[in-house]
Amino acid sequence: MSDSPDLAKLIFGRLTWDAIPFHEPILLWTFVAVAAGGIALLAALTYFRLWGYLWREWFTSIDHKKIGVMYMVLGLVMLLRGFSDAIMMRMQQAVAFGHVQGFLPPHHYDQIFTAHGVIMIFFVAMPLVTGLMNFVVPLQIGARDVSFPFLNNFSFWMTTAGAALIMMSLFVGEFARTGWLAYPPLSGIAQSPDVGVDYYIWGLQIAGVGTLLSGINLLVTIIKMRAPGMTMMRMPVFTWTALCTNVLIVAAFPVLTAVLALLALDRYAGTNFFTTTLGGDAMMYVNLIWIWGHPEVYILILPAFGIYSEVVATFSRKRLFGYTSMVYATVVITVLSYLVWLHHFFTMGSGASVNSFFGITTMIISIPTGAKIFNWLFTMYRGRITFEVPMLWTVAFMVTFTIGGMTGVMLAVPPADFALHNSLFLIAHFHNVIIGGVLFGLFAGINYWFPKAFGFRLDPFWGKVSFWFWVVGFYFAFMPLYVLGLMGVTRRLNHFEDPSLQIWFQIAAFGALLIALGIGAMLIQFYVSFRNREALRDHTGDPWGGRTLEWSTSSPPPAYNFAFTPRVHNRDAWWQMKQHNYERPTAAFIAIHMPKNTGAGVILGGISTVLGFAMIWHMWPLAVLSFIALLAVAIGHTFNYQRDYHIPADEVSRVEAARSELLANHV
Amino acid sequence: MSAHTEHHDDDHGHDDGASHSTLKGYMTGFVLAAILTAIPFWLVMTGQFEKSSTTAAVVLGLAAVQMIVHMIYFLHMDAKSQGGWNMLALIFTLVMVVITLSGSIWVMYHLDHNMMPSMMDVKNLP
Repeated sequence: MSDSPDLAKLIFGRLTWDAIPFHEPILLWTFVAVAAGGIALLAALTYFRLWGYLWREWFTSIDHKKIGVMYMVLGLVMLLRGFSDAIMMRMQQAVAFGHVQGFLPPHHYDQIFTAHGVIMIFFVAMPLVTGLMNFVVPLQIGARDVSFPFLNNFSFWMTTAGAALIMMSLFVGEFARTGWLAYPPLSGIAQSPDVGVDYYIWGLQIAGVGTLLSGINLLVTIIKMRAPGMTMMRMPVFTWTALCTNVLIVAAFPVLTAVLALLALDRYAGTNFFTTTLGGDAMMYVNLIWIWGHPEVYILILPAFGIYSEVVATFSRKRLFGYTSMVYATVVITVLSYLVWLHHFFTMGSGASVNSFFGITTMIISIPTGAKIFNWLFTMYRGRITFEVPMLWTVAFMVTFTIGGMTGVMLAVPPADFALHNSLFLIAHFHNVIIGGVLFGLFAGINYWFPKAFGFRLDPFWGKVSFWFWVVGFYFAFMPLYVLGLMGVTRRLNHFEDPSLQIWFQIAAFGALLIALGIGAMLIQFYVSFRNREALRDHTGDPWGGRTLEWSTSSPPPAYNFAFTPRVHNRDAWWQMKQHNYERPTAAFIAIHMPKNTGAGVILGGISTVLGFAMIWHMWPLAVLSFIALLAVAIGHTFNYQRDYHIPADEVSRVEAARSELLANHV
Repeated sequence: MSAHTEHHDDDHGHDDGASHSTLKGYMTGFVLAAILTAIPFWLVMTGQFEKSSTTAAVVLGLAAVQMIVHMIYFLHMDAKSQGGWNMLALIFTLVMVVITLSGSIWVMYHLDHNMMPSMMDVKNLP
């Protein structure tokens, strides 16, 4: 049996029993809890015979609305994971002073802050943004689906495959200890020989395929599938921001793919792109990854700006102030976002001329952003404002984001950045803009479009509870970090000596606790709303008095969205239709040509997970096999000619008649 | 997406983007591409220029011209195809590529100059 270790090594690569963290009680108990919860969930799905339903109606669905909802579910589940990392960090930093070491050793703490950043950006913010765009954009432009419906399903499953790999790192092996951008030389093979950085690389590469494809898909959808009459300057602002975001995705994500591929070559094939030996240069990695990284920030914030624009106009009962300037501001931000990347590494030593150029371009970006804030304020001015939950989030955003924007301009001054970089001031700044900008926007969007997706409104009481805990918790959690940053406390530390700092960390931990209650209230909100769904039912399809085309459909919209493609004569298409006493067509329906569900996306995503896992653990035979399987399934899918079907005219008539009856009974 | 458009490529159908998709167009493109490939080959093989940097510059210039030939004759791009979107996308791509390349070279040159020990005069270090 002398050859059995070799055989095991060939099959399992680096994976041994040592990779399972039996010796880490926190991870072990997490695993026990996750496993118990997972088994309970699987058992419940089996008991209620939901597998077939989930497979037919959701997993294989290529309906943009269902894929959008699945993205949102993915994002919210990953938010729970990312937030548990956050609260562990806050607890550790609140207690680890002097002789108290806290409960997280550096080895574990470093993985947690890396995982927190990676998960929050790539697997919370990105899926939530993509999910909302997927759900809303086709409805807003009067289309029946996206341009490439199968690709949409495939993109979702690739994103999920990436998330699955990141989650696996919790229990099999470990995650990167490098920070969320994995700078070499620390992420190089010499400093990080274990699997952590490989999990990072393959998780992001696989999810990146999904992001890029969905970017192309939505870009083409917006350009090619707008309803007749919807010129560019009649597009709703959310669609405009989605267009710009997807342009950014298509232009920026290949850079991330390339730079991670170079890092992977350094780690797997012994190349020296980012090592100082043999002429490589680690600074090139930093330069390239921020050429992707800065546009990424705008990929997240632009759709949030679009959501605020829709929400402000709807709940102020007014046309959006300064539509044209809003569009141009969005386009200017899109282009400028490519001209500022160096402000992420002012201190690396580029010198005065380079630093001043990038400092000035950074400050220029605050001009179009400021114009947007004034547009929203002027929209509210003398409007009949109703403070529904989405509007509350929007008002909180305007206050919070302005503070974050101002600290951003401070950081954009290169001499000030030399004092503030790598400190908790920076941490406070980017959480201020990402939570106060992106996340508040997403929550506004979830509360705003939820009735469209499910046919009932979210419970406003628990929505407001969640809102107040989140907003107050945010200020408690991050304002102390500004103070600490100004006192010179650096980021990513798991232990402190100076006891005078402790009170600030305790206040921050209290804030994190409030945010935890906010997340809890949001989960209760979903549950309570589901339980009271009959009382919260939206029969009209237009619960808020909306202005754009998605509110002209029923809630939830039929599979085909629009029985007849609407004609657009105005910027606020649905508002104008209501002003002119628009009559729904009730007869003369024709059969509707629709794309058909397919399981290929799930299968390709599953195989990609296996491929990524095999590459991470150096299981070469499995890697080769799964790669061949990936190609075979992809090619096999091209021979699937059963791609479309027609919804018969009778079926359309039946659905539309049911809606007519509902409207007659409830309006 | 009605039934009669199912079996042909409707992207090229409605706005007549395919202005050069004729045999003559393809042949013109092919001959131009062949010539633009042959010239660099000839330059390198016969060593017409004394300095290799001149050869490299000419080869790169001809490569850029060849890219334009491909875009016009094989990808059927002109200012009007797809309602002008192709041209807009091309201009945007060029802007992005120029920003990324020139910016990176500028940034990395300064970083290299200031930060790499081998480039410094060791005696001037503090």
